[in-house]
Amino acid sequence: MTHLILAGKQLDITIERLCHQLIENHGNFKDTCIIGLQSKGVPLSKRICKRLSEFLPESSILHGALDITFFRDDYRRSEKLLVPSRTEIDFIVEGKKVVLVDDVLFTGRTVRAAMDALMAFGRPAKVELLVLIDRKFSRQFPIEPDYTGQAIDTTITDKVQVEWKESGNKDGVWLVSEIKSKTNGKAKR
Amino acid sequence: MGKLSVKHLIGIKDLKPEDINLILDTAQTFKEVINRPIKKVPSMRDVTVVNLFFENSTRTRLSFELAEKRLSADILNFTASSSSVSKGETLIDTVNNILAMKVDLVVMRHPKPGAALFLSQKVNSVIVNAGDGTHEHPTQALLDAFSIREKLGTLKGKKVVIVGDILHSRVALSNIYCLQKSGAEVMVCGPATLIPKYIEQLGVKVETNLINALNWCDVANVLRIQLERQDIKYFPSLREYIMQYGITLDILKKLQKKIVIMHPGPINRGVEITTEVADSDQSIILDQVENGVAVRMAVLYLLAGQPVG
Repeated sequence: MTHLILAGKQLDITIERLCHQLIENHGNFKDTCIIGLQSKGVPLSKRICKRLSEFLPESSILHGALDITFFRDDYRRSEKLLVPSRTEIDFIVEGKKVVLVDDVLFTGRTVRAAMDALMAFGRPAKVELLVLIDRKFSRQFPIEPDYTGQAIDTTITDKVQVEWKESGNKDGVWLVSEIKSKTNGKAKR
Repeated sequence: MGKLSVKHLIGIKDLKPEDINLILDTAQTFKEVINRPIKKVPSMRDVTVVNLFFENSTRTRLSFELAEKRLSADILNFTASSSSVSKGETLIDTVNNILAMKVDLVVMRHPKPGAALFLSQKVNSVIVNAGDGTHEHPTQALLDAFSIREKLGTLKGKKVVIVGDILHSRVALSNIYCLQKSGAEVMVCGPATLIPKYIEQLGVKVETNLINALNWCDVANVLRIQLERQDIKYFPSLREYIMQYGITLDILKKLQKKIVIMHPGPINRGVEITTEVADSDQSIILDQVENGVAVRMAVLYLLAGQPVG
């Protein structure tokens, strides 16, 4: 069963609000950089940067893309091959405030790996986390977001699907849940 | 993208074009990693690798060792000359003894063709061939392909000539397979005595005139004359070889286009290429060495990534 959570105008409003919250905390972004996590966090981080530079035409906001593949904790444990994407950070994060941006926060393992990966680019002054969707009650690490687009309750078998028009799809966030059989309560494939 | 279709890297012959692509794309991300302020990633921190070298090597051994260290693997180094092999231990016994110490991956160079394949059939470990006699040297071919792709943007439709001692070269054979699978055209050029019979059956062009070959190609991969593997004289004198097949700056200047010069090393300066050519802006010899680390990281990462247990 697929259920639309966020799209269209509602999505724009959410991104807009997140930008305002960022400006509240980071002012003119002099010492702050925005880093999107590959792959679905990158389009979101780019949109946030674009919107921020419309609000703050005077500031140039540092933006990067971080790939966390080599820092994941399921190497040699997952059947899926962990194929890397690109990291594009052409500045040093030493002493800067970093806002990590991802589409969905679920178990927290990606963010843990991202913090590890980030350290290869220097010692940041502060690291914050912005997510579009926070899947509550499913964390496996003590990690919480600083900025949340929308928090939702999900079961472990649900999937949250995020699509961006930058990757050739329609913008939107969907909740895909498996239909439960009435007789035994087990999830069907 | 899928995973590699092979469990070991024995030769390029066993790889599919998609495997080569996956390795080269993965190497691209590792090249970015090794140019970071901190060049190390933790992926292989619970993997132990043994580098078994039954034959001399500088570049390949250092390159593998660095690749393993950049991936945070634990490393054992083994050289045949200072080991129990000289006391008469067999290859399988040597390797099984090492594996009993819980080693996950074996990188091996051996003077006998087929040694890596033999080992992969007899022991329970992932094997990476770092050169087996005159047979294959897959990681060298992959790094050559990577370097050409980096310099020219693609391998498809490019013309590559391999110059020199084709007969004794494992680099030549691996390169032929790798380039053809990536869509490049291959020619071999050298004295007729150093070109294996029936090599045309692999679909390569054969040319004995160096100037014709260089005029045809986009890239010239120049090999070393492997005097240590030659049991008889294959050409009258080294001086004559230099006259016929040595690449000089004069020759390069007279060509219609600017070709790329590659060499897998070690170079015999003044024999197969002159010092001026090796150090010219057409040469990507040192890029090859840098890319070697990234490509080997990709190979190790992809092979060791198979689930344990």
